[in-house]
Amino acid sequence: MPKRIEDFKVVDNQKLNNDFFILELSGSSGLPQLKPGQFVQAKVEGSPETFLRRPFSIHDVDYERNTIKLLIQVAGKGTGVLSGLGTGDVLNLIYPLGNSFSLPTEGERILLVGGGCGVAPLLFLGKYLKSHGLSPDILLGFRNSARIIEQEEYAKIGRVYLTTEDGSEGEKGLVTDHPVLSETEYDRIFCCGPDAMMRAVAGYAAKRGIKCEVSLENLMACGIGACLCCVVATVNGNQCTCIDGPVFNINDLKW
Amino acid sequence: MVDLRFSIGSLQFKNPVLTASGTFGYGSEFDDFMDVSKLGGIIVKGTTMEPREGNAYPRMAETPSGMLNAVGLQNKGIDYFEQQIYPRISGYDTNVIVNINGSYIEDYVALAERVSRLGKIPAIELNISCPNVKMGGMAFGTNPVSAREVISAVRAVFPGILIVKLSPNVTDITEFAHIAEEEGADSISLINTLVGMSVDIKRMIPALSTVTGGLSGPAIKPVALRMVWQAARAVKIPVIGIGGIMTASDAIEFFLAGASAIQVGTASFIDPQAAVKILQGIEEYLIAGRFTGIGDITGLINRTG
Ligand SMILES: Cc1cc2nc3c(=O)[nH]c(=O)nc-3n(C[C@H](O)[C@H](O)[C@H](O)COP(=O)(O)OP(=O)(O)OC[C@H]3O[C@@H](n4cnc5c(N)ncnc54)[C@H](O)[C@@H]3O)c2cc1C
Ligand SMILES: Cc1cc2nc3c(=O)[nH]c(=O)nc-3n(C[C@H](O)[C@H](O)[C@H](O)COP(=O)(O)O)c2cc1C
Ligand code: FES
Repeated sequence: MPKRIEDFKVVDNQKLNNDFFILELSGSSGLPQLKPGQFVQAKVEGSPETFLRRPFSIHDVDYERNTIKLLIQVAGKGTGVLSGLGTGDVLNLIYPLGNSFSLPTEGERILLVGGGCGVAPLLFLGKYLKSHGLSPDILLGFRNSARIIEQEEYAKIGRVYLTTEDGSEGEKGLVTDHPVLSETEYDRIFCCGPDAMMRAVAGYAAKRGIKCEVSLENLMACGIGACLCCVVATVNGNQCTCIDGPVFNINDLKW
Repeated sequence: MVDLRFSIGSLQFKNPVLTASGTFGYGSEFDDFMDVSKLGGIIVKGTTMEPREGNAYPRMAETPSGMLNAVGLQNKGIDYFEQQIYPRISGYDTNVIVNINGSYIEDYVALAERVSRLGKIPAIELNISCPNVKMGGMAFGTNPVSAREVISAVRAVFPGILIVKLSPNVTDITEFAHIAEEEGADSISLINTLVGMSVDIKRMIPALSTVTGGLSGPAIKPVALRMVWQAARAVKIPVIGIGGIMTASDAIEFFLAGASAIQVGTASFIDPQAAVKILQGIEEYLIAGRFTGIGDITGLINRTG
């Protein structure tokens, strides 16, 4: 799929809570076929401190409306500026970037695990799996109940399990503490979230021989394989998170 | 019609906009965004004799109007280049130039010999200015004695066009410009990145795995421009200006200060079409100013008085 550079218009900016918002963006030409796990590089205008583009996973796609959604956590300057965008504002994107999650075979028991802004690619993935007749379970981890996002959206795809670190909703603890992991024998796990979470989930999956893919969020400059800044150590040497990933099979990672 | 061509010795370039090594991959990364053959030349990723894994992650830190990198010359080595990359990129209708690197003089010499056998690579850019490797690189480019040695050794074996890429991390850039010219370089390109660093105050550790790295982007443009101006007045060989060029007007500053050509680096990360846009802007500037060719503005600020 050829990569494009294109101006998108903000259709909607929906504030979920103090940390998260969803930008719905409409393309100036027809959307190409997008794959779950792929991301965009967004250009944040207006400050020398947001010099490089910012990478965000594709959260949702609506081909009929010709829109994509980005689920963004306010982490600093760039995401702060983006949180202030309003309807009609323009956001320049380079997309579609990166590889995608693999499509499981029929009948596999699948678990999607996400935490923080790592839940972003899982909605698109979940909808994609569902459209292929698969019904994944979804395990989401948050710090506390006030930070829970998109629970209803995920519930449309499959059964949702929750953990919060303070126990204010769902199971208390981290995602790897959730009893569903020991109660259900999953064939495959897809995970995106903070580094520590992905490593813990990968460790769990590796021990049990469960197929597992994680979506990495390495720092990036170009996003198109030109700068070699985003590498991760793999069994095949250093690979670029932006073109060889962001989705990696945990067996390939030197974790 | 303006004449955008320029030459280094016998080698003609269709226009003076090249892409900087390490920022444009092998060119094919940009095929989706532009017709790469429109450019005056592509300088491919820094290449070494042996494959290199480069430095550990994190290798990049954003800084105001720029970025630090510590890639450390990750590349698959000359064998891989020759077998896998060369056949793919030699079809570009532009000058494809290899940026060569090594830890020892022998590496540079062996590499220059290998590249000289590749019929469609008319020139090498001798990188004696990489700040991100423990051995070689900038160590050659910041010491006049070893700079002279490596340039002279490579000149002796490489019959094609030899461009020497200079380090800005020196007290007097003209000293190194002179050395390159005296040892038979056909051109000099400058600047490579400036050594810098950044600290993550949340985690209280250096932002880069290597602590220090190379600063690029608009943050270095005034320094680059000053050095290009100094070097261009010091030597007769063509000077290629590099450093923080984001727009055509940035590029034109370099021409006016004495550059015969320019390279677009970090700009391509933010706008993968930057190089062609800059080319177009240069052409428009020349037309608007009723110039006949790019040579008309090279060093113009030095000609008066
Ligand atoms: C492939 C990919 C997909 C991503 N998808 C999403 C997404 O869907 N939603 C989302 O909210 N975020 C996502 N991120 C992370 C997002 O890109 C960063 O949070 C963002 O670039 C921060 O920009 P800023 O200017 O607000 O922060 P800065 O001011 O640049 O930094 C603020 C803090 O954020 C941290 N940070 C910066 N870049 C990253 C990064 N790449 N990963 C993790 N932490 C970072 C910095 O270390 C710093 O502590 C993704 C990253 C990658 C590489
Ligand atoms: C990620 C990155 C990798 C680079 N790799 C090389 C390299 O392999 N060889 C080289 O001579 N210069 C390398 N450079 C330096 C650039 O070619 C250029 O000299 C420098 O970035 C300044 O120009 P700019 O400000 O336009 O980027 C690299 C720069 C960056 C940002
Ligand atoms: S971000 Fe530049 S190679 Fe991946």
